[in-house]
Amino acid sequence: MKILVPVKRVVDYNVKVRVKADGTGVDLANVKMSMNPFDEIAIEEAVRLREAGIATEVIAVSCGVTACQETLRTAMAIGADRAILVESDVDLQPLAVAKLIKAVAEKEQPQMVIFGKQAIDDDANQTGQMFAALMGWSQATFASKVVVANGMATVTREIDGGAEIVEFKLPCVITTDLRLNEPRYATLPNIMKAKKKQLDNFKPADLGVDVTPRLTTLKVTEPPKRGAGVKVADVKELVAKLKNEAKVI
Amino acid sequence: MSILVIAEHDNAALKASTLNTVAAAQKIGGEIHVLVAGSGCATVAAAAAKVAGVAKVKLADAAHYADQTAENVAALVVANAAGYTHILAPATGAGKNMLPRVAALLDVAQISEITAVDSPDTFVRPTYAGNAMATVKSSDAVKVITVRTTGFDAVASEGGNAAVESLSAAADTGLTKVTGREIAKSARPELAAAKVIVSGGRGMGSGEKYHALLEPLADKLNAALGASRAAVDAGFVPNDYQVGQTGKIVAPQLYFAIGISGAIQHLAGMKDSKVIVAINKDPDAPIFQVADYGLVADLFQAVPELVAELG
Repeated sequence: MKILVPVKRVVDYNVKVRVKADGTGVDLANVKMSMNPFDEIAIEEAVRLREAGIATEVIAVSCGVTACQETLRTAMAIGADRAILVESDVDLQPLAVAKLIKAVAEKEQPQMVIFGKQAIDDDANQTGQMFAALMGWSQATFASKVVVANGMATVTREIDGGAEIVEFKLPCVITTDLRLNEPRYATLPNIMKAKKKQLDNFKPADLGVDVTPRLTTLKVTEPPKRGAGVKVADVKELVAKLKNEAKVI
Repeated sequence: MSILVIAEHDNAALKASTLNTVAAAQKIGGEIHVLVAGSGCATVAAAAAKVAGVAKVKLADAAHYADQTAENVAALVVANAAGYTHILAPATGAGKNMLPRVAALLDVAQISEITAVDSPDTFVRPTYAGNAMATVKSSDAVKVITVRTTGFDAVASEGGNAAVESLSAAADTGLTKVTGREIAKSARPELAAAKVIVSGGRGMGSGEKYHALLEPLADKLNAALGASRAAVDAGFVPNDYQVGQTGKIVAPQLYFAIGISGAIQHLAGMKDSKVIVAINKDPDAPIFQVADYGLVADLFQAVPELVAELG
């Protein structure tokens, strides 16, 4: 079976973003960009399923600007077999991306699509669920363990207060949580090999998808600053402050 | 305007997150209906009917809603969406799982984790782990929204007197089947609803030390236990302890960050707490920049002292 893995190019998770002074967004000039960490986990899981003989091919797909090619090369260096870029300069919102991935899935006919649970830029946590709904497929979001056998998937997923085990027939959508796996580092030989792997390019219009944004960002502001408080000398002083000053105990 | 709020519940009790979501609905303005989908959940519907500000409760009680799978609940919501201008759910594990399906099936955007309402079509939501607050305006006919519960003070759970109306169930999609649930049983309050939270980070050293040191403190304060992502990654505690961008967003009255350096991703989950106490041996740890009370000390000495001092 084929596995499709959508990946997003985002500001690197180590970067502390700054809001632009004019309030139009965050400053992305000369900022390090990387693959969304949850998507790395998704690629790793798909590659492990291929290594275990369950999957036959892993296809990475990214929707966005030309530079997303770098993200796709990283995915192929981790082990994806080939990649597809749906190239657009439009601000692609989750619903548009879900529709683009649906169009790609209709071409490629994967049995499983593994998404990261959320992107660390817009923190939306929507695209996997939206795609599953558009396809009419089962979904297992926030997965911490995936077992595939006999056309069925059994997934342990993180829920508030614990875990839930779900079962369903393929095809399906899985979205990754942190503990699913630890992605491998791309080795230099694999990075070199990834440069030669196939990377196809489409435009949203080629796929017949309208990607017009539905949400307009009116302004972006810094969150209210929380000032540093005081340092206390010892535990006695701390307890006294909590009792008498903050009155919280 | 007419607003549908999807209730969060476990077939026995209405969860507090529903009250915060109704509060967000009140900020939007309009008639508020609450949808209760479950199995054998009449008591939940009765509780929802008493919530202040609720005009009507819609109850869909059927065996295939027992586990409230995203597939089945979303199909039900879409079948009953006509006439509503806004559909809201709490941004909890359940709401985040289910509501994007509703948005996609209605062909509208979802506005995730709003923390404020500017107008009926304009909302504030955090992005980049809470480092940038975006004000977004929706052009869709129906606004599908998840609500960050810490952004809205809960409405009263008593005082309302809404009628309960039964809905016919939508067809079972036959998709996902829930075969097991492991809910950690704990006498402690739930992390998302606790008034006091004691969180430990990588500085705890090990899972054994985490529990040995922090449990007595949590016991004294009737606190929930939390952790940083570093502590989860190190395997000290399970992931459902995690406070942060990729874990739970909390805003208790009192938050203890113990052996936590204060990575951006952790701060995103707890910086709205009323009072923050940090205990860390590194005086330059970023956590001290947000803490109301900072104690530079070895936590292995300070925490037992703190427990003793609290008597």
